Formats: sequence, structure tokens, C-alpha cells
Amino acid sequence: MILLALIAVLIGGGMVAAVAARWSAAAARWISLLALLADFGLGLSIWVRSAGAAGPWLVDADYAWLPQFGIRFHLAVDGLSLLLLMLTFFLGFVSVLASWSEITESVGFFHLSLLATLAGIAAVFLAVDLFLFYFAWELMLVPMYFLIAVWGHENRVYAAIKFFIFTQLSGLLMLVAILALYFFHHSTTGVYTFEYADLLGTALPPGTAMWLMAGFFVAFAVKLPVVPLHTWLPDAHTEAPTAGSVVLAGLLLKTGAYGMLRFVVPLFPDAAHKFAPVAIVLGVIGILYGAILAFGQTDLKRLVAYTSVSHLGFVLLGIFVGNALALQGALLTIICHGISTGALFVLVGSLQERIHTRELGRMGGLWATTPRLSGAALFFTLASLGLPGLGDFVGEFLVLLGTYRVSIPAAAIAACGVLAATLYGVRLVQRAFHGPNVHELRLADLAPREGLVVTLMAVALLWLGLYPRPVTATFQPAMDRVERVALK
Amino acid sequence: MPGNFATASDVIRFLPEIILAVMGTLLMILDPLLHRRSSNAFGHLSILALAGALGGAIYAYLNGGPAFGGMLMVDGFATFFGVLVIVAGILTILPSYRFLARQGAETSEYHALLLFSVAGQCLMVAANDLIMVFIGLEISSISSYILAGYLREDKRANEASLKYFLLGSFATAFFLYGVALIYGSTGTINLAGVNVVLSGPGAPSLVFVGVAAALMFVGLGFKVSAAPFQVWTPDVYQGAPTPISAFLSAGPKAAAFAVFLRIFTTAFAPIGHGWEPLVWASALLSMTIGNFAALQQSNIKRMLAYSSIAHAGYVLVALTARSEVGTAAAMFYLAAYAFMNIGAFAVVSHLSGKGERYQNIEDFSGLAQKQPLAAAMFSIFLLSLIGVPLTGGFFGKFYIFKAALESHLVWLTVLGLLNSAVAAYYYLRILVMMYMREPAEATEAVEPLSPGLRLALIVPAIGTLFLGIFPNWVLDFAGKSSVLLK
Repeated sequence: MILLALIAVLIGGGMVAAVAARWSAAAARWISLLALLADFGLGLSIWVRSAGAAGPWLVDADYAWLPQFGIRFHLAVDGLSLLLLMLTFFLGFVSVLASWSEITESVGFFHLSLLATLAGIAAVFLAVDLFLFYFAWELMLVPMYFLIAVWGHENRVYAAIKFFIFTQLSGLLMLVAILALYFFHHSTTGVYTFEYADLLGTALPPGTAMWLMAGFFVAFAVKLPVVPLHTWLPDAHTEAPTAGSVVLAGLLLKTGAYGMLRFVVPLFPDAAHKFAPVAIVLGVIGILYGAILAFGQTDLKRLVAYTSVSHLGFVLLGIFVGNALALQGALLTIICHGISTGALFVLVGSLQERIHTRELGRMGGLWATTPRLSGAALFFTLASLGLPGLGDFVGEFLVLLGTYRVSIPAAAIAACGVLAATLYGVRLVQRAFHGPNVHELRLADLAPREGLVVTLMAVALLWLGLYPRPVTATFQPAMDRVERVALK
Repeated sequence: MPGNFATASDVIRFLPEIILAVMGTLLMILDPLLHRRSSNAFGHLSILALAGALGGAIYAYLNGGPAFGGMLMVDGFATFFGVLVIVAGILTILPSYRFLARQGAETSEYHALLLFSVAGQCLMVAANDLIMVFIGLEISSISSYILAGYLREDKRANEASLKYFLLGSFATAFFLYGVALIYGSTGTINLAGVNVVLSGPGAPSLVFVGVAAALMFVGLGFKVSAAPFQVWTPDVYQGAPTPISAFLSAGPKAAAFAVFLRIFTTAFAPIGHGWEPLVWASALLSMTIGNFAALQQSNIKRMLAYSSIAHAGYVLVALTARSEVGTAAAMFYLAAYAFMNIGAFAVVSHLSGKGERYQNIEDFSGLAQKQPLAAAMFSIFLLSLIGVPLTGGFFGKFYIFKAALESHLVWLTVLGLLNSAVAAYYYLRILVMMYMREPAEATEAVEPLSPGLRLALIVPAIGTLFLGIFPNWVLDFAGKSSVLLK
């Protein structure tokens, strides 16, 4: 029941906000905030109550939906999905605050789209019926498309359609794989079911397993993104409004990582094992390629977007290296990258609101006029490039450590990615905030609302960097299961 | 044949057709009496007639069985499609009120022809022998030819009507030739009878039967606008009055598919492995031609026409599966498609203005600002045509491709799904116009939504969403009826 409430609160909140916006834009914003706060509270209560619970799922909600096909409305959380849900609500909260002054047109529809996207993402993390999962996977696409296309920047229509088609196309390949798995399961057991727990361990001929895994992999690889399939990302991230960028980088990409962890590896352990070297190489390529391209950007938002390609390379690497350290690292990177990159997008958004450009060449010397904003940007840039003591460092370091045990060359090359991150990070801070204020910009510094957002995110990163134990303890049982399959 | 040809039960099972034919004739007689008083009377009367036929169809189903010595078969399958074409008729009339008033062309013949056409389709879907199929097909088609050219003053409508008539008659001739060959080689025109002869010992030469099946495939392929017999579709849909384009894409198409399914899965089931590659190729061709041509269109009616070719391709995928699941999937899809496509055309007819001036995709600029309701409903239809979850289009596609995969049509499934991703592009373009552009000439001039049109948008939207969230009900019925078929 509580799981259904998580989704219902978001959708209901979005609808109420859409109606309320007819009278007052502020009401729509407050209602959205309250809905997200309520969900965050519900998530916390699950977290507190279920500490140390046995069994694969902490909470489980199972309803009949389409019995003739073995489709059930089955939601469940384990440590992995719970953490990602908390991240969803947290970043949703941040997104609403970050759009407070940026979004002035169709405020009601905006909040409906935002909350519907978040509801779709939450449903993706909650669904353990594969059909329901696909349903949610496709569903989150539509409101996200609207977020980019209606409230985005100059080239928004192109970016939105590109995003939609990439995701739709790869999603359909996953649908074929899901259906094939469903029929294979039926042919061996005589039961038609989309239930995750039942489909685990379905016996598949090796060649078929590879094909089916590829179907899932492509869908998740587009979202993650994995390098040859990443081209939608810079466009979508750059053109989206701030809230859209935060949700894209912080959450949508993570649904890809989640899919790899939840489905690709456990459902097709042998195929995934065989495929691992390829995925590892793709991950390493992503790390370097993303970092190099980030270094070359002059559009601040595009720069941050490319850093995502690089950081998510670590996640892919960690997942397919597959030992305990690497998996821990991958998951911490997922969470910390969501926060640090989300924060960078918020800051870039505030900057764009003030100077109406994202071009690095039109900035410079901003530290003098906006010390708080600049300081925050420095903090999150350092977090993003992996400064010890902040969350991202722990994640990427663990991935590297895990990789080292499997492949020393891969670890060595990936470590160069960390180095490259320092280069683009330093360049960003230097070009935008240091040096003389050549354009003689006089800007307002962070307002209290923006300050609150940034502080919340900074505290979260510090916590994850210094004492990640509660988080790792929560996802450990789920990760152990993945690891057991991976090493089988 | 029994001496007592029309028993009471025959009449009951024939009730929808009787109601429609009588009311259609009555409308023509009433024309001089009603014309001056109220131009809406024809519309009201035809809706009444269709509602009566709907009741008749359900009553006939409750007293179902063969009629007229087995020439008709009132089973779940016939009722499913009968209800579908009748509802399509009602949904066509709703936007027609304003449309006809705007063009100054309110006559009884429009409505009478529509009723005749629906009657023909009801006959088609219940027909159990080839002559009945042919008669139904002709009643439905001839009415449609005239309806396509209903706006006499319009050059395009004339072109549409003529093209439709010439090519359509040609296609029907092919069909009839096939029927003749079947009768010549098997000695029967009863569908079940053909099946028995073909699967029994001493079956006639496969050459004869194969040629007959191919000829009938040409005739029916034309009616459902499957490639390579699709060339008439864009011109006719563009030239015909918009509500009639909507009707053509839903009613006659669904009825033709019903005939397709019934003939090919009963009479021709024994030679299924023979026609499967043919339908396979036609399905793939239809999807590909439809979707890629739709990408290029700037006229919305042409775009929807090409999209309807693509959707015919999806239904053919279900037919290729040659299974009960496939038949049920096709039934479900056609129901969902009728809702979403009639809804989409209703929006187009609303916006088109006098003389159907506004037919370009650009003309939808800023509709969301001017009429949020129309834009929102259109979005639902478009998202359903893409196949996004929570809409009937999603489940329709899902069932079809599930059925195809179950019959091991892996490549057709993959290619079909890739096709449907391409399709997303041209549907999204309209969403972009409506939501992301400033209002233009057409949207500035758009008239307020009339009650009829409001209903014509909301009812299909509810239907689309209902099929997208609770597909159980329709699906169970389709599943049951597809079993009855054999």
C-alpha cells in the first residue's frame, strides 16, 4: 500500500498543482514541494522500519492486473531501489526549488510534467513485474519529452525528439527481449509470467541468452549512456530547463544503471559474464571520451553534460567488473553523481538566469561579484572531480580498486579519467570564476532559496563522503545477491 | 436450402442490418419534409438509427447462431466487429454536424449513405459464405465511393471519389474472380465447406486454390490499404470530407479486416503455410512504406493516411501469426485504432475551417493556447498512435507483437517495432506544433467547440484511455470470439 502511495502522491500532487496554478503559481510550487516532501518522508519511514529485514524485498505490494497474460501490478523495494527512490524524491525537491524563478510560463503544466516524470521514474525503480517495468519505462518518457520541448532552450525541439526516439527505439528492443524471455520461460515451465523472481534463473540456450541480454543492454546503454549510444545526451541536457537537466542527469541516467544491476546481470548471468570484457572496454572508453569532450566545450551546460558521460563510464565499469568493491563503488557513484552533477546544473541554471548565456567566453572573474555562487560551484566541481572526503571520490575509488583486481590495464586507463576530470574541472572554475571580470558583470549572488538548495546538496555529499556506512549497509544485501550471480 | 427461408431467428440475427437499411431509406424519404425545419434532424435520426442497430446487434448476439441457412454467422466475432463499425458510424456523425454546416452541405443523403455503408459492413463481418461477403463489400464500398466525393464542388473530392471508385471496383473484381475460382475448384462457397474440402483427401490442385487466395488477397488488401495496394489511400483520405476520411480509416477498414481474418483463418487455414509469406511481406511493406512516407508529409490528412497504411501493416502482422492469439490481437488493435484515429480526424475536421482550407501541420501551431481541450485530446490520440503506455495503442501493439513472437516471427517483430519508433517522429511533430508554437492563422480563426464535437473528442479519448488501462474486458471478449471463429 505504501508503495502505491509513493506513486499516487506524486501523480495526485501534480494534478492538484496543475489545477492550483490557475489561481496562483506559487501554490503550484508549494504543492509540488509538499508532495515530494511527503514522499521523502514515506521513503524514510520505509528505510527506518525495514532496517535489517530479511527476505529479498523490504516491502512488497502485489495486485492482479491482466491475469490472462500473467501480468501483475507488482511493486517491491529492496535496498537498491529504496536508495534510488530517496534520491528521486530528493532531486525532485531540488528541481522544484531550482525552477522557482526560472519557470514562469504554464507553471501548472510544468509541475504536472515534472511530478509525472518523477512518478514514472519511481515506478521504474519499484516495478518487479517485467511488463510493468517496461510500461513505466515508456511512460516516464512522455512527460520528460514535454519538460525538454516546452520549457527548454533554443534548440529544444530537436533535442526533445532525439531523446524520445533514442529511448523509444532502444526500449522496443528491450520489449522484444522481455517477451522472448516470457515465452522461453513458458516453454520450460508451462507458466506464463512476467514476475521478476520467477523469471530469474530461466534456463536459456547460450546463444539466445546473449541476444536477449543484448536487447536489455541496449535499452539501458542508451539511458546510461554508453559511448556510441550517448549522442542524445549532450543535446537533451543542454537544452532542457534546469529541473529537466537535474532529473535527466540525476535520475534518468540512473534508471539505466539500475536496469543493468537489476535485470541484465541477474537475468542473464552467463551471457553478462561473457559480455563483461566488452562492457569494461566500453566503460573505459566512455570515461576518457566523456572527459576529453568535456574539456573541449565552451558551453557550460554542455560541459557538465559530457562529464556525466565520463562518470557514468565508471558505473558501467563497476557493474561489469562485478566484484563486491566495484559494485559498491558503482552504486555510490550513482548516488553521488546524481547529487554533485545535479548541483552543478542548478548552479549553471542560476548563472544563466543572471547573465543569459552559458558561454564560458562571456564569463570570467565572477568570484568578485558572486562569491557564494562561485564558492558553491568550486565545491561541487571538486566533488565531481573526486576530491577525497566527498561522496564521488569514495565511489570512483572503489570502482578503480575493484577493477584493479580484474584488469590492471583497465584500472590504469580509467584512472587517467580521474586525472582528466581534474583538468576540465579546473578549467571550468578558472574560466568562469577566476581572473579579471573582463565583461564587468554585476550580478546578484545566490538568493536564500538557492542557498538552501545548494547547502542541502553539499551536506548530502559530505555525509556520503565521510560516513557512507548507512547507505552501503542498506544496499549491501541487494548487491550481495548481484555479486553472487555475477561470480557464479 | 430449407423451404421456409426466413424464420424468426433469421430475422433477429439480421436485425442491425434491417434497422440500418430501413432508417437509411426513411431518411431519404423524409428529406423534403425535414429539410427546412432543422438541419440537425438528419444527424439526430442517424444517431438514433445507429443506436438502434447497436441494440439490435447485441440482441442478435444474445440469440446468436447461423442465419439464412448458414449464409450468415452471428457469433462473438461478428458482434465484436458489428459493434465496432456501428460505433465508428456514431463517432463519424458527431463531428459531421458542424462540418456539414460549415460547408453548407447538410443533406439527408450524406447520412443515408453512411447508414447504408455501415449496414454493408455489418453484413460483411457476419458473412459466412463468399457471396455474402461480396454483397456486403459492395454495399459498403459503393456508399463509400459516393461519400468520398460528397463535396461536389471540390476538385479534390471529385478526384478522390473517382480514384476510389475506379481502383475499388477493380479490386472488387479481383476478389470476385477469386471467389469464382474457389467455387469452381471446391464446389462450395461456404467458408467452413471450403475448409473441409481443402483439408480433406482429394483436395483440388493447389495452383487453383493458391491463385484464388492470391486474388482475394489483392481485393481485400486494397480495402484495408495494405501495401502494395495502398496507392489510393493518401489521395482519397485527403480529398474526402474529413469526417468521411475518419470513417474510411475505421469502419470499412475494420470490416475488411474482419473478412480477411475470417476467410484466411477458416476457409484458407489448410493452406496457411502457403499464404503466410505473402502476408508477411505485405505487412512489412505496409509498415515501412506507411511510416517512411508519413515522415515526408506536410498535409495532415495525407500524413494520417500514410499512418493508416502503417497501422494496417501492424494488423497484418497479427494475421501473419496465424493463431487465435493473433486474431484476438488484431481485433483489439482495430478497436483501439478506431477510437484513436476517428478522434484524431475529428480534431482535424474541427480545425479545417470553411472549404477545408487548413490542412497543414503548421496550421496546428499554438492550438494548446487557443483550445487546451482540443489540444489535450489530440495529444492523447497521437500518443496512442505512437503506442505510449496508458493508451489503447500501447496494448494493441503489445498484443500484436506478442502474438507474432509467439508464432516465432522474430524478424517481423523486430522490424515492426523499429518501424513504430520511426513513427514517433511524425506524430511528435504535431505535438510540437500544438504546444511549442505561437498561434497562427488557422488557430486564431478556430471556432469554439460545439457540443457534438466535444463529445466526438471526449468519447474516443475515454475509449482510448480505457483500453489502455483496463484492456481486460475487451481483450477477454476478443479472446473468446477468436476461438469461436473456426
